[in-house]
Amino acid sequence: MSLTDTTAAELVVLQARGDATAEVITDAFLAAIRDRDPKVRVFLRVDETAARERARAVDAKRKRGEPLGPLVGVPVAIKDVLCTKWVPTTCGSRMLENFVPPYDAHVIERLTAADAILIGKTNMDEFAMGSSTENSAFFPTRNPWDLERIPGGSSGGSAAAVAAGEAPLALGTDTGGSIRQPAGLCGVVGLKPTYGRVSRYGLVAFASSLDQIGPFARNVTDCALLLETIAGHDLRDSTSVKQPVPGYTRTVNDPVKPLTIGVAREYFGSGLDAEVESAIRAALREYEKLGATVKEVSLPHSKYAIATYYLVATAEASSNLARYDGMHYGHRAKPKPGEKLDLIATYSRTRAEGLGKEVKRRVMLGTYALSSGYKDAYYVKALKVRRLIKTDFDRAFADCDVIMGPTSPTAAFKLGEKTADPLAMYLSDIYTISANLAGIAGMSIPCGFTKGGLPIGLQIQAPPFEEEKLLRVARMYERATDWHTRRPNFV
Amino acid sequence: MDIEQVRKVANLARLDLPDTDLAELARQLTAIIGYMDQLKELKTDDVEPLAHPLPVQNVFRPDEPGPCLPVDEALRNAPARSGDFFAVPAVLDSE
Repeated sequence: MSLTDTTAAELVVLQARGDATAEVITDAFLAAIRDRDPKVRVFLRVDETAARERARAVDAKRKRGEPLGPLVGVPVAIKDVLCTKWVPTTCGSRMLENFVPPYDAHVIERLTAADAILIGKTNMDEFAMGSSTENSAFFPTRNPWDLERIPGGSSGGSAAAVAAGEAPLALGTDTGGSIRQPAGLCGVVGLKPTYGRVSRYGLVAFASSLDQIGPFARNVTDCALLLETIAGHDLRDSTSVKQPVPGYTRTVNDPVKPLTIGVAREYFGSGLDAEVESAIRAALREYEKLGATVKEVSLPHSKYAIATYYLVATAEASSNLARYDGMHYGHRAKPKPGEKLDLIATYSRTRAEGLGKEVKRRVMLGTYALSSGYKDAYYVKALKVRRLIKTDFDRAFADCDVIMGPTSPTAAFKLGEKTADPLAMYLSDIYTISANLAGIAGMSIPCGFTKGGLPIGLQIQAPPFEEEKLLRVARMYERATDWHTRRPNFV
Repeated sequence: MDIEQVRKVANLARLDLPDTDLAELARQLTAIIGYMDQLKELKTDDVEPLAHPLPVQNVFRPDEPGPCLPVDEALRNAPARSGDFFAVPAVLDSE
């Protein structure tokens, strides 16, 4: 088995046994990137020299007999929305094309402390706004299972990196499904932690009450390992929660018994592709074979989730993105020869030049929803429905341990298929966005393929701070199936 | 939304957009807001708005000075610099 087909946990063991070094592992992934990335287009930036230097430093630490972190020598790909000190962080936007943060995000500090190797920054929809990575200002990323299709989004680069074997682990962010949806469409494991589980310090904000950072991996155990590394309290994010982080890797192999699985009838309505539905039904039967009880639950306000989400998220975004005015960092519009641009005109032209179409559309929508005369009808109304959606989950979880269903209504769609119709693109988020509104934990794991060979994701949702149970439930299925071991052909 | 409403919102959002973009946005935002209008079916008079999934409270820390960014680092991303300051277009008209 090649190093690029080895799990993170195994890479750590190989080094401990002296069968590989961090440098050899890093070189293997850098070679895979050189070979595969011209086709998949995952990375916005790879600094081979820096990655190799870092690997050598970790190897030297081992030689000196110093204690080593849990991700020692493991390459991790980073979504380009997370600040990396003096390394460009573009958010997939022309606005931040030349931005170099003066500090590391909390999760980057954690990875460094864990002796991981940062292998590169991954492509994304601009400012994490999108479901296909086609909104990147630079180029679209391809789905490793079919290069004519999208990898999902907004963390499409991170999901594709793991699926293509260009990195064993990756970090993404999830505001409305941006980890789970691309994980599902690329056939990898992705987890959105409970709001407050992982510090958002150094994450470039999109919608602050919804954003959460989380892991991508090829299997559940690696996902647990990365979550364990990044989770926990941080004073620099006032919404980060002071709750102990369970040892997820210690318990991940313990099945949950008894296990009651809630299935929301609202997740099986019109718009759900028949092949996706049958894969999900088969996964539920597999769980029943493993001893679980499957029970119908109801999330009656689900049909309002997209409308609610796109009001709340865009309102928050319109406020968060007001900072891109060209004054302190990022793009600034230049006056034409002989022209004098005053302050307001500089702001307005800077933003028109630096922000892409979808970002402008969302800033406009959010500004409208917050504007005088419309705020109560749209923004406040959405916040009220948000409470109804959260209450639905509270009630449903009183009767079950986890809720399962499809991650996305269809498998990966073709590039360009939905770009002309923003509303159609928004509707592809239907099953994932409620978790962000309610602040609960959610995950996508591989559960089958379409006849055309495209991966299908099973979504598992759990109550706040029950990631430990979520991972154990996911692992039960993974042990009984082999979907997670399949690799795209071109690899 | 008509083009004049869209122009007003674009001004609030500080986006200098050409008329062709405003017209396209008017069409798209009308469709999107039409979809949002389904929320009006729900009776929510007695529902408390939920702005945040956690019961958020103020978080306090001791008011002690910590390390700050050195000036050169703070200004490294500045689009324009004047000495130790960010250079920006005139805020008040000097004429």
